[in-house]
Amino acid sequence: MDVNDIRAVLTAIIFFAFIGIWVWAWSSRRKADFDASAALPLEEDHPISNNEREKI
Amino acid sequence: MLRHQRHTYRPLYEGLRCVDSLLHRYEAILARLNKQEPRLPTASIAAWAPRSHTNQQHTGVLALDTAASYNDKVVRQFSIMVVVWGIVGMLVGVFIAAQLIWPQLNFDLPFLTYSRLRPLHTNAVIFAFGGSALFATAYYVVQRTCHVRLAFDKLAAFTFWGWQLIIVLAAITLPLGITQSKEYAELEWPIDLLIAVVWVAFAIVFFGTIYKRRIKHIYVANWFYGAFIITIAVLHIINNLAIPVSPTKSYSIYTGVVDGMVQWWYGHNAVGFFLTAGFLGMMYYFVPKQAGRPVYSYRLSVVHFWSLIAIYMWAGPHHLHYTSLPDWAQTLGMVFSIILLAPSWGGMINGMMTLSGAWHKLRSDPILKFMIVALSFYGMSTFEGPMMSIKTVNALSHYTNWTIGHVHSGALGWVAMMTIGSLYSLIPRLYNREAMYSTKLIDVHFWTSTIGVVLYAVPMWIAGVTEGLMWRAVNDDGTLTYSFVESLKAVEPYHFIRLLGGLLFFSGMIIMAYNVWKTVSEKKPVPVAVLEPA
Repeated sequence: MDVNDIRAVLTAIIFFAFIGIWVWAWSSRRKADFDASAALPLEEDHPISNNEREKI
Repeated sequence: MLRHQRHTYRPLYEGLRCVDSLLHRYEAILARLNKQEPRLPTASIAAWAPRSHTNQQHTGVLALDTAASYNDKVVRQFSIMVVVWGIVGMLVGVFIAAQLIWPQLNFDLPFLTYSRLRPLHTNAVIFAFGGSALFATAYYVVQRTCHVRLAFDKLAAFTFWGWQLIIVLAAITLPLGITQSKEYAELEWPIDLLIAVVWVAFAIVFFGTIYKRRIKHIYVANWFYGAFIITIAVLHIINNLAIPVSPTKSYSIYTGVVDGMVQWWYGHNAVGFFLTAGFLGMMYYFVPKQAGRPVYSYRLSVVHFWSLIAIYMWAGPHHLHYTSLPDWAQTLGMVFSIILLAPSWGGMINGMMTLSGAWHKLRSDPILKFMIVALSFYGMSTFEGPMMSIKTVNALSHYTNWTIGHVHSGALGWVAMMTIGSLYSLIPRLYNREAMYSTKLIDVHFWTSTIGVVLYAVPMWIAGVTEGLMWRAVNDDGTLTYSFVESLKAVEPYHFIRLLGGLLFFSGMIIMAYNVWKTVSEKKPVPVAVLEPA
């Protein structure tokens, strides 16, 4: 087998892996997880106030 | 939520935990010698302890141990240094822009010559300004989106002081003419070793935090930050392999065209991963945060990530068109650069569309204006880049000021404006304030920056095309129509407008420094509680 055969196979594998990622990302089963993740930046900080810190 | 794969890496992490606790022990001993109280000796050990929250009683959000608060100190430190190094780096840039018009500004002093200050400018703005911004936001984002305190407090502190030391060493050695002569990798081998150590520490802190996360899914911004951290480690180490002959001199192990290819594999991926992937991580957190809306399409962000990192790796040869690099490699670089348009624009559209339904916020929020204009410049320069990588276009643009214009529409328009917008969003949160000291001043900063970038980029495009056309013009008998000096004379007015644009952008940073100073000096920061696992 020529090294170029390996290169061709590798290119094909990576191509199908990319299509696979696409299918995975668009599958409806991911939606709930993705929605939960997408909400993460919107969470607000909770500063610990002085009273609460004294208890530490 | 704990994952079972964790056990595989357990010994490694136990080892790192020991190192961290030894550092604490060391500090406790030092403190005792100085008859001082050791500062929170158990903090990071407690923070490290794997938290099985399913069988643990909670006291609400405010669980009362140190692990219950985020490590924002290192974020604050890096954030402030972003402003400081931004001012220093851009000041050097303005100075060398002036030298291109008035060469006597080097005062015949070797350490003030253009050749020595130019690498100082690029290193300062990329690695000191941009680098500090990436450290600050990566540390902030990974904690907030993993619902856990940063792993290894001491190691995180080490990355801060180590990175500042590297910057100071760069500021000393580059004006002295100590250089490897590799663009964006000028620093000599002892500093390179220190960078490698600090970078590995950065990776340990970042991925250690990911490892002990209490959220199942790793938020997309962390994927971008993670790719940036890993890739920069690989690029830095491979491109800087050299044989030292003295403490200040080394020779690269690569020769000839291989040296050129390794250098631009490094150089272009420094753009792709340091200045793009890292800042896309920033974009994927701070744009939704500031807009108050989740990212437009999370699925698109996943495809965006994988396609961007897979394609960027191959684009480097476009820096070596029409050189002794084999033709097929040049064409490969060109083709991959053109394909890059797809993920780049996918990401840009994803960022922009995050504002759909909230466009009215642009009217009142100058921070969002910074972010949207940053994304616009990202879109423009990621269109311009693939176009310039086409060999026939490159024949006109290469070695001209067009390249400088392109770089700065990316660096000022995208990187700096995204950084500035994110910092204006971040700094009030770090100092327990509702907003920055003055929103009006953010707006003033926005306009100085935007006009500054336009005044910078447009004359550079005109100058670049002018130079390209003059250099290729030939008379009927085959001789060159113009001497090189004539092309220099032709671009002088454009250099002057560029200087004005640079000055404007720089003055915006001064306004920012004042605003930040007023914001951070009035109120004391308070710890922020770690959120419950999702």
